[in-house]
Amino acid sequence: MKKLLSSRKASKSFNRFFTYLFLVTLSVIIIYPLLITAQSAFNNTNLAAFSLDLNMHWTLDNFRQLFTETLYLTWFKNTIVIAIFTMIIQVTIVTLAGYTYSRYRFKGRKNGLIFFLIIQMVPTMAALTAFFVLGLIINGLDHFWYLTMVYVGGGIPMNTWLMKGYFDTIPRDLDESARIDGAGHLRILCQINLPLAMPMIAVQALWAFMGPFGDYLLAAFLLRTPSNLTVAVGLQQFIANPTNQNVSMFAAGSFLISIPIVLLFFFLQRYFQSGLTAGGTKG
Amino acid sequence: MTDQQGTKKSVRKAGLLSLIPGLGQIYNGQLLKGILYLLITCGFIIELVTVGIPAFQGFITLGTVPIRDHSLFLLVKGTLQIIMTFIYLMVMLLSISDARQVAKRWNQFGKVNRSASSMLKNVWENGFPYLLTIPAYFVMLFVIVFPVLVTLFMAFTNYDFYHIPPAKLIDWVGLQNFFNMFFLSSYRATFVTVLGWTIVWTFLATTCQIVLGILTAVITNQKFIVGRRLWRIIFLLPWAVPAFVTIMSFSNMFNDSIGAINQQVLAFLNDIPFLHIQDIPWKTNPFWTKTALIMIQTWLGFPYIFVMVTGVLQSIPDDLYEAADIDGANFVQKFTKITLPMILFATAPVFITQYTFNFNNFSIIYLFNSGGPGDVGGGAGATDILISWIYKLTTGTSPQYQLASAVTIVISIIVIGISLFAFKKTHAFSNEEMM
Repeated sequence: MKKLLSSRKASKSFNRFFTYLFLVTLSVIIIYPLLITAQSAFNNTNLAAFSLDLNMHWTLDNFRQLFTETLYLTWFKNTIVIAIFTMIIQVTIVTLAGYTYSRYRFKGRKNGLIFFLIIQMVPTMAALTAFFVLGLIINGLDHFWYLTMVYVGGGIPMNTWLMKGYFDTIPRDLDESARIDGAGHLRILCQINLPLAMPMIAVQALWAFMGPFGDYLLAAFLLRTPSNLTVAVGLQQFIANPTNQNVSMFAAGSFLISIPIVLLFFFLQRYFQSGLTAGGTKG
Repeated sequence: MTDQQGTKKSVRKAGLLSLIPGLGQIYNGQLLKGILYLLITCGFIIELVTVGIPAFQGFITLGTVPIRDHSLFLLVKGTLQIIMTFIYLMVMLLSISDARQVAKRWNQFGKVNRSASSMLKNVWENGFPYLLTIPAYFVMLFVIVFPVLVTLFMAFTNYDFYHIPPAKLIDWVGLQNFFNMFFLSSYRATFVTVLGWTIVWTFLATTCQIVLGILTAVITNQKFIVGRRLWRIIFLLPWAVPAFVTIMSFSNMFNDSIGAINQQVLAFLNDIPFLHIQDIPWKTNPFWTKTALIMIQTWLGFPYIFVMVTGVLQSIPDDLYEAADIDGANFVQKFTKITLPMILFATAPVFITQYTFNFNNFSIIYLFNSGGPGDVGGGAGATDILISWIYKLTTGTSPQYQLASAVTIVISIIVIGISLFAFKKTHAFSNEEMM
């Protein structure tokens, strides 16, 4: 008996050791690349490559240069504008559509949703030219509203599906009793279901907001004038151009956009689990 | 009023009349609604005559005189006109079904709504689900369906660098591009090579991120861990930081000669006794570039799985494990018999979307090493997956839109086929009708 207990104890501390070893190793692997990018933002020597240097001279020169010699602030402002509009429009559309698919039974319901879920799997890479020509025809090229609509449209099918899944988890008894009390469509939606769906709406808002910050391809294709670019496209020029590379400036610019997004992410993080598991697991 | 009360309305006639939307409604005595439909019809006919018919003609010929006719514009305008016509046909169907229903109600109750207010109320009450979904459908029609249609049409043309409009005309060539893709040896070789790596990439990268995500979630979910919140925050970081920032940083770090991985990490590892690793050619050797890409995608993608699986783990009731403990189950048994089945049951559909996501994961391939190193023919580099190859085909110095479109169509069929099959297998669609 004693032997069994001690072997149990041994295996327990064995387990603990490896658990913490795993956690620490993974953390190092995650933090190291982020740290050296962040640190390079404050490095005053013109770097050719990121590296972790504990004895370097700290400086804010890169940021000053970024603000005075490049269009960074304009890019930042552009991205914020596009991101906010994408977020508002997409979340509105997706919430309404997701709610409808969850609560109403109507002709064309199931086929409509499956159709769009499937067709969005077709990559539109080859049709970038089509977006370009359409932009020329309706005069949307180099305009924010056009890019915003493209972002919104691309996000609808998957997010509607997730939103529907979330509404499915909200009990209908509430709707029924409200309806008996004489509440109309709009009241049931706004006063009962919307407040309960807030976690998912928060998650969706965050995703929609983050999209324009992370997209390189569409923005690079549909925006032309240097002062109209988004942050991703602008920053890419610092690091991709082999003749005029400025790694420190890229790091500084990346640092500045990452901080607010990461903060927002962790601020809304507590909603993630409920939003994801409820919306995602239903399919 | 009195003469209408007695007469029966013919459902068939109402429906047939509505082939010209509006007439059926007027026949039913709903003048206002009828005029509204008629106005839409008139608008469409005017559009069709002035813009639509030339657009259809242009779409069929794709232009006859170079410079004057821009084939690409004609193709795009024709596609837009097809969408417009489709919308109008939907209005027509709506009108027919409405006219038939109203006629039935006539016969049953002897009267129908006629005033504007009751009409609006009716739309609000019964059309509510449609009103809420119309914005979604409208945007998707132009942002998703439109480019897919253009891609589909371009796959049947000869739009390449020999035929750049407006100097040259584009022509319909039927199935020629698909034929070339499968039977022209140079195209086929590239296609097969790129497809092969795409499949390997999708499978390895996604599987690695799923395995690491599940592993991390299970380990972090143990009760004795101190500072669980802090660990979770760290593990979420790769998801929180914008991907293009991390991919470009990694691209810099993996530089063969000056990158931090070779300079710092390997140097550090070499301090361990008996370990000696040479500098690794991350960016110039295809094998190592592929290895780096899979490692980076695992790094980027596991937090999503981690969050989701953690949610599932927390929803598994404790008594399941207690019962297993009483039965004397060990850790491995508990994991394979309880934890894993629960995770897979709940999240399988999400895993499938992860595979399709990586199949089309353009940004990591392009931003890390532009699909390089090397060249496997057809303009594709050694690490190009189909989607980045398509990008190169359409943006390079000698674009081949026709081939890019044909490749898109083929891979779409593959992806859609597999995911439909997988969704069916995991019953993602079937449990939704249960409620």
